[in-house]
Amino acid sequence: MVLDDLDYRLIAEIQGGLPICSHPYAEIGERIGLDEQEVIGRIEQMQENGIIKRMGIVVRHHELGYTANAMVVWDVPDEQLDEIGDKLGSQECITLCYQRPRRLPDWPYNLFCMIHGKQKTPVLEYIYSLVEQLNLGHIPHKVLFSGQRFKQRGAKYQ
Amino acid sequence: MDSIDRAIINQLQDEFPICDRPFQAVAEGLGISEDDLITRIRQMLENKQLSRFGPMYHAERMGGGLSLCAMHLPEAEFDAITEQVNQFPEVAHNYARDHHFNMWFVLATETPERIEKVLQEIEQVTGYPVYNMPKKEEFFVGLKFEL
Repeated sequence: MVLDDLDYRLIAEIQGGLPICSHPYAEIGERIGLDEQEVIGRIEQMQENGIIKRMGIVVRHHELGYTANAMVVWDVPDEQLDEIGDKLGSQECITLCYQRPRRLPDWPYNLFCMIHGKQKTPVLEYIYSLVEQLNLGHIPHKVLFSGQRFKQRGAKYQ
Repeated sequence: MDSIDRAIINQLQDEFPICDRPFQAVAEGLGISEDDLITRIRQMLENKQLSRFGPMYHAERMGGGLSLCAMHLPEAEFDAITEQVNQFPEVAHNYARDHHFNMWFVLATETPERIEKVLQEIEQVTGYPVYNMPKKEEFFVGLKFEL
């Protein structure tokens, strides 16, 4: 999909958030010279094309009690990566599962999962149970809990 | 925060309608009025329980660059360097983690080429190496917090 100037203006206009009012798309349109239906049409188009993954809220998970945020990293043999990535990615408590490059010799891990919980102990217990259920005992892994959060905002676009 | 607030949060992490009166449509599903929904969302934004209400963009499809980066910093310098790193507008979020690599941040840039450039700038300013770990394959994305 090729975005035109108006699309970019629309993207910039709503990135900080939609107006919380009865006709949010009309209000956005007023700011950039489009009518409500044009704004709706363009946003729908961008959603269809995957440029907008979704509309909705972003929660501040810390404030909502999700303070035990674990990044679990695994050193998976390359030939097992797809199988184990799919397995882990389909577990209910895993919110993200990505392959990333190793940075040898300092960083041998190539599969990254995120688990967001309210307390460390249950998160760790859950990880132990995953290792057992999915027979991952032979795959080296590490759990990195987050400490302080320094910054949380979305990406910014012009 | 009551059960209606929690229902709102659970619902709006999935989907928000693109129609003339989207809040009206959501409110109906939740059995509350449009005004009530609008007031509650504004309140939760103000209380900082929600960080944002709007679109989640797909960085790569927007033509942008996105990467996860890690650094190993000595404890004594950690705070000062955190400040330096967070000065970069491309740093979208940044967490301390309990590992030899103790700082982890996400870079979001306007073009993929900018990632490398920003990394070099961060290395120059801080004097420490940055390990770049861009996503190679996605097995699952479904970040959602049930309340």
